[in-house]
Amino acid sequence: MSTADNFDSIRLALPKGRLLSSTACLLSQAQLEFEDYTPGTRAYRLKSNRLPNLSAKIFQEKDIPVQVAVGNYDLGICSQDWIEELLAKYPSSNVLKVADLAYGKGNLYLAASRYGNISSLRTLAAAQNMLRIVTEYPNLAELAALALRLKRFSIFPVWGAAEAYPPENADLALTWAKDESELKSQSLIPLKTLIPSTAFLIANRDSWQAKNVSRIMNYLSRALEMPDKPWLKIGTQSRKSSNDYHPSTNKDKVWLALPDGHQQPPAAELLSRAGLHILGYSEDNLSRRPVFEEDWLMAKVIRPQDMPLQVANGNFDLAITGKDWLLDHVSRFPASPVAELSDLGFGQVRIVAVVPEQFPAADMDEFKRAHDFRAVPIRVASEYINMADKYLRDKRVGQYKLIPTWGASEAFLPEDADLLIENTQTGRTLAKHNLKILDTIMKSTACLIGNKYSLGIPSKKKRIDSLMATFRRAVPDN
Amino acid sequence: MISQKCKGARDLLPKDMQAFRFIENAFSQSCLKWGYKEVQTPTLEYLHLFTSAGTLTPNMLSKVYSFLDWDGWSGERVVLRPDGTIPVARLYIENLPQNEIARLFYVTNVFAFEETGTENREKWQCGVELLGSNKPASDTELILLSMEILEQLGIDNVEVQLSHAGVLNALIKELKLNSDEEVRLLDRILDGNWQALTEAGPKNSEINRLVSLFLDPKGKASGFLENLKAMPQLPSNLKVALTNFTEIAGMLDALQCSYRIDITSTRGFEYYTGLCFQLLYRGSMIGSGGRYDNLVPLIGGPETPACGFALYMEPLSNLLQTQIGKKAGSEIMVKCNTATVDAIRTSYELARKLRRKGFVTILDFDGRQTGKLKQVIVQDKPASFLVIDPSTNVKKEASSITEAIKMVGGAT
Repeated sequence: MSTADNFDSIRLALPKGRLLSSTACLLSQAQLEFEDYTPGTRAYRLKSNRLPNLSAKIFQEKDIPVQVAVGNYDLGICSQDWIEELLAKYPSSNVLKVADLAYGKGNLYLAASRYGNISSLRTLAAAQNMLRIVTEYPNLAELAALALRLKRFSIFPVWGAAEAYPPENADLALTWAKDESELKSQSLIPLKTLIPSTAFLIANRDSWQAKNVSRIMNYLSRALEMPDKPWLKIGTQSRKSSNDYHPSTNKDKVWLALPDGHQQPPAAELLSRAGLHILGYSEDNLSRRPVFEEDWLMAKVIRPQDMPLQVANGNFDLAITGKDWLLDHVSRFPASPVAELSDLGFGQVRIVAVVPEQFPAADMDEFKRAHDFRAVPIRVASEYINMADKYLRDKRVGQYKLIPTWGASEAFLPEDADLLIENTQTGRTLAKHNLKILDTIMKSTACLIGNKYSLGIPSKKKRIDSLMATFRRAVPDN
Repeated sequence: MISQKCKGARDLLPKDMQAFRFIENAFSQSCLKWGYKEVQTPTLEYLHLFTSAGTLTPNMLSKVYSFLDWDGWSGERVVLRPDGTIPVARLYIENLPQNEIARLFYVTNVFAFEETGTENREKWQCGVELLGSNKPASDTELILLSMEILEQLGIDNVEVQLSHAGVLNALIKELKLNSDEEVRLLDRILDGNWQALTEAGPKNSEINRLVSLFLDPKGKASGFLENLKAMPQLPSNLKVALTNFTEIAGMLDALQCSYRIDITSTRGFEYYTGLCFQLLYRGSMIGSGGRYDNLVPLIGGPETPACGFALYMEPLSNLLQTQIGKKAGSEIMVKCNTATVDAIRTSYELARKLRRKGFVTILDFDGRQTGKLKQVIVQDKPASFLVIDPSTNVKKEASSITEAIKMVGGAT
């Protein structure tokens, strides 16, 4: 019998969010619990109490298959949909699906709006027009569209709220739901179930072939073979907003996209200061489609990250988002018809280039020089993938690899990335994680953005102008 | 040194380009003589040109290089040209009079992802398209043209393998599947899984017997097709396709062009509707083609029968390289060892005149070794020329440019 010291050190990637509670329960039943792995935890790096060679890091679920595939982690737990999303684009990824953990049950559905004119797959195949697919899973969406032999399609990758887009802003949504009834509660009808999905234990192929992870596997297997499985009973309460569709035929209406998440309270406050009355846009009563008193003003609540692209496509005339997301968008699409119309003052952040405290560089030039001696590409993690790409090009950084992240990016340094392009309000969180700022790329605040073509329509322009004036009066210090 | 070349990409070196241009020249000269006109399509096309059922199989589509352009905020993707024929069909629809027959040719690269990176992801081909004719004589024309080009390249004993997409489609129709299942079965077959066709029908059924009669034997003359056509109770679709196949095979018989019939030799392209042919040399495929009557309407044009073929640059250039390397042209080196203005001027003038006489002339002011090249050394004070032929080791002196040219073999 070997002692613990003879075992290889094992790194485990654990999910935040939806799967956290069940995963924590399973690990504790398997006697592999991590002290700080709890909902609302602020820790990222976890040490096992039981096995000194086992460490873990907490990631957004979507990041986990990538992190395991590139070999930063030996094992990981995440939902099958994200594994398939990776494999859809990179089928030779180094990921092994080791065990179905059976919790976090749901499906990936290809769905259309109950209020649209698509009701079955047959209607799709016959369609001659462009089919717009909105999704958090762009790779799977492309694969599905090709397999369905859709003649002409475009894919809108979104950060979230895919259910809010059909029928006006997209023909189809490829989205995750617990079951059909949850999908239907979002005014969607399922056309096809693409993938049934549950939580999976995954392994890096090389680790699995070369390392001994059997100790952890034994603990987990013992738990998985127990007759009583309390982790299966933990309900994942999906707090989805209502999504009732109000048909509108008036072409002169002005469409405004409003932010969800952190930006929702200050945006709601701004609307109220501006004297605009809106129903269904408060934290306790949030609808995907809130209603303005002004009948010419239509609203939808989506992720601020997704707004510039949506405005560029004419799905909205206006949107309240951050300058950071606008810059990220125009970094990718320089000729985009989206422009900033008005600074709204709130949501102040800086976008900064960040390295570990101990890295021997005080600015980007020194950072570059320090890296020139290493023949390996610089690993750059960022939520702002296009902005980061342009920044590195403009700074003439030679070899770099971009690692897209979906939040919690500061956890990537120093093990899983060399440089981070991230937003910060005060810099305190960065300092707490032993990180330092090398460069400020931009200062960002919330702003009103608009589509240039909408401003070319006289009837719309009049309304947009008056709305801009209203907002300007409502912004403090203005 | 670490290679910085992209995985799956290839540098074409001087010897490769020599073979490349040799093939390109022979190809375009033959095409021009047959009345074909050269075209070129852009490297970038919209993805949707290639997505309809009846264009590329899903397997091929999954290897396409597609991305969003810098103005691609609508989400519509562009691709690096994955196929030669479809863009030319688009070019025809958009630019050429559609009541006339178009005979077009091109030399182009096509891109497809290949997982291991050991094979090329960018491949060159010499393509020919004949749009606007449904006559069997057109199918025959393409086979004869391809044979003539290969002959020009000195490649004899090419094996022609014939199959017929119309026959295949008629067989699939007899299985009475719904349209989704039909497309899926065809996709599997075109990816090389012919087993799927024999497994699709009920065991020991009439249709299965029919399928195996078509798939198993390999014919050597149009008689084989006549035999199949004469079978009792042949479905009418199948009969139509077989009649067309027989007619073309009969023409090839009359032209003494030998071939082998193998229904299972069709690969990869969903757009073929009629005769398909493969060209093999010592077992490896060097070209292929076929009839694609539905492609032009599928991508938005009027009903237009069409057929075409492509020769593959890579296997051809591998076949030719050794023999091309041997016939190197006559090269002369003009060496100037003194750096006086007069000597340099004289050297340039001598080189210019030699080139006019058709010599490949290299100037050398560095005193490099000349190897086996004939050389003329420009001497200063008094101006004279030393002509050296290393093969005979003869050295002669000339007093003028004209005399020097005469000595290296250029008539005045």
